[in-house]
Amino acid sequence: MKRFFINRNFTVGFILSIVVIGMAVLSFLWTPHEVNEMNARHRLQGPSMAHPLGTDQYGRDVLSRVMAGAVVSIIVGLVTVAIGVVIGVLLGLASAYYGRFLDEAIMRLSDLMFGFPAVLTAILITSILGPSVINAMLAIGIFYIPIFARLTRATATSEWKKEYVLAARASGIGEWHIIGSHILPNILSPLLIQGTIQFAVAILAEAGLSYLGLGTQPPHPSWGRMLYEAQTFMEMAPWMAIFPGVAIAWAVLGFNLLGDGLRDTLDPKMVRMR
Amino acid sequence: MNAPVLEIDDLTVDFHMPEGVGCAVDHLSLTVENGETIGLVGESGCGKSMTALSILGLIPQPFGKVRFGSIRYAGENLLTAHSERLRRIRGSEIAMIFQEPMTSLNPVLTIGRQVAEPLMEHKGLNKTDAYAEALAWLEHVKLPAAREQLSQYPHQLSGGMRQRVMIAMAMVCRPRLLIADEPTTALDVTIQSQILSLMMGLKEELGMGILLITHDLGVVAQMARRVVVMYAGQVMEEADVEILFEQPFHPYTQGLMQSIPRGLKDDRGRKIRLNEIPGNVLPITEKVGGCKFSTRCPSVFETCINHHPSLKTISGGHRVRCWLLDDPDRRR
Repeated sequence: MKRFFINRNFTVGFILSIVVIGMAVLSFLWTPHEVNEMNARHRLQGPSMAHPLGTDQYGRDVLSRVMAGAVVSIIVGLVTVAIGVVIGVLLGLASAYYGRFLDEAIMRLSDLMFGFPAVLTAILITSILGPSVINAMLAIGIFYIPIFARLTRATATSEWKKEYVLAARASGIGEWHIIGSHILPNILSPLLIQGTIQFAVAILAEAGLSYLGLGTQPPHPSWGRMLYEAQTFMEMAPWMAIFPGVAIAWAVLGFNLLGDGLRDTLDPKMVRMR
Repeated sequence: MNAPVLEIDDLTVDFHMPEGVGCAVDHLSLTVENGETIGLVGESGCGKSMTALSILGLIPQPFGKVRFGSIRYAGENLLTAHSERLRRIRGSEIAMIFQEPMTSLNPVLTIGRQVAEPLMEHKGLNKTDAYAEALAWLEHVKLPAAREQLSQYPHQLSGGMRQRVMIAMAMVCRPRLLIADEPTTALDVTIQSQILSLMMGLKEELGMGILLITHDLGVVAQMARRVVVMYAGQVMEEADVEILFEQPFHPYTQGLMQSIPRGLKDDRGRKIRLNEIPGNVLPITEKVGGCKFSTRCPSVFETCINHHPSLKTISGGHRVRCWLLDDPDRRR
């Protein structure tokens, strides 16, 4: 564990991410105010003791909503990466193992998906299926499949050529067993790194979709949605926009640094950063 | 069970490459009797490893293909065997040790796990029993501090220790045939002799046959009873080890013998320059009409270039593929 914390990126990323995760966990147990509690008398108030980050146009506490918004962001990150990893890794492993036609088919399909602008297609999907956070996750997750499929295929193909695989085959280990317990552990670290980075991208994408009204629906708190609502009151109540914006930047930076730090530490080909 | 543990007959393996079709193993025949050690000798790229891999049915796909011939393990033809049957044989009845102990172990799995795995796969042992058996074997191959090594990873072990682990891994299911592909090439000399004597001991103990693949004639002299000299996929000479070392017939074999460093000095006390065989093994896609060694042979003459020699028996068990047999005066 110590070798990770020597890396500055990892340490900073770790701290930033822990704050986001901590906020999300805490919001289940306690928030300064009820998340969706409206209070007409306290609307559009600046930061104060009662409302450290101010209130919005309905008098809802911004801090409470930012905390609850972290939950949405983390769930979106986890679910989208899970969709991408589970399906993508299976496709990638199959591609590397079977080669030939299946490989060609899977990879050309990936190319096709990479060819579409992701955000536009996500908008298309959510407008067809209807705007909701579930559909937003689906739209983002689908775009993660080719990313993980390609990464898995590339790393698994090079692992297959290594001598330890031949040695395992020579001792009669079944090929599925080799894939599961010899190849997979060897390609885990690039997947972990990619997963962390895609996690950050998913937070950003969800914020973007919610900002456009295609993700999380009101009154559920979401950072992107909060930014959208703050727009109208930019001059009167800038805190409404600033704090969700800081939260997005904070979380994306945190998980990105975490991913970079993991890569620097786990990838022996990278020169160690001081 | 009187059938030899391994009987390769007329094995021909083609390699389909973008440059064309090449013949990696060319009408190769050899036999390993029960409990016997056979040395398979030749320089890099002559088809030794491909022979080994075709025994286990592990020729690189989709390039390699067995064109014809047969490989019999205790009388059973492996080339027609079902792939599941072949997988059962691999590791439990025929085991293999590879050249590079550095890369032949999985870097992310513990030593114990890797040695125990064939036992769980073939003998159906549960984890506890398999690890106990693995530990017993690691101790048997004299791995220092074997118990501690069970939970170590390959990068924490030295080359010699890793080769011991590889041997333990090959031995756990008590195979009847061991294929050792350059088992000592990557090791330094003192470790080499330790590993060789370990293999000899295990051979006596388990009564297994060994197919020892190497380019090191010194290793062959120590270990093998019979030697097969291979060049460009073909058997060039085959004899009992004493005969081969005392009366090598084929110019290629003689060349190999003269290339062994001995540190000899001439009568004036100057060091004698080590002999070499000029040139390289032909690329396997190259088609040669006559003898495949004719491009490098010091005694080459017309017949060699135009006609392909066949393998002929000179005396009991000594077989040679060379036109000099018919025309011994031409030897230079």
